[in-house]
Amino acid sequence: MAVVGDIFIWIGLFFIVVATVGLLRLPDFYSRAHAVSKAETMGLGLLMLGLALHEGASPVSLKLVVVVGFVFLANPVGVHLLTRTAFRLGVLPWTRESGERIPGTVGGGDN
Amino acid sequence: MTVFVAAAVVIVVMSTISLYRVAAGSSVFDRVLAAGAIGTNAIALLALTGFIFERPDMFVDLAIAYGLLNFIGTVAITKYLEREGEQ
Repeated sequence: MAVVGDIFIWIGLFFIVVATVGLLRLPDFYSRAHAVSKAETMGLGLLMLGLALHEGASPVSLKLVVVVGFVFLANPVGVHLLTRTAFRLGVLPWTRESGERIPGTVGGGDN
Repeated sequence: MTVFVAAAVVIVVMSTISLYRVAAGSSVFDRVLAAGAIGTNAIALLALTGFIFERPDMFVDLAIAYGLLNFIGTVAITKYLEREGEQ
């Protein structure tokens, strides 16, 4: 059981690393939001499930699963709220033409 | 035990790298997004700390509380930004 938990923890860490790379490297706010909301949630869920597998059947495992369930609901909803607000306030999505002129800053502008 | 410490180190490094987006990130939404990502990393880091020091029963409760506060903080900042933008 501990070996399976280790595997879950490493896969979760991989997803968290991918989310961080996406947060740094993707060109505009919307693509960064997509990286954070999906990869980060998946990474945290897998890591917490790996910890629960290490612990075995106990109240701690139940609480870890509760945390995972709450984060799976709350994290995408929060990022969606943020993205909708950004779209309503006029942050433009990245396109290839605009991206080649100003890489990394497109869709920005200090609001 | 070793895998917990290694995972905690990786998460601390990733959170530190995410601070670049909080400091430099081209719009206020990027900053809020990166801060939320760091908060999500902190949930995992709290749970891992509990397992490293062999007291997961206490630290898991802290992780639950931190998750709730993280979500509420993001929603509060979002609503503030929306109201400011409409004026």
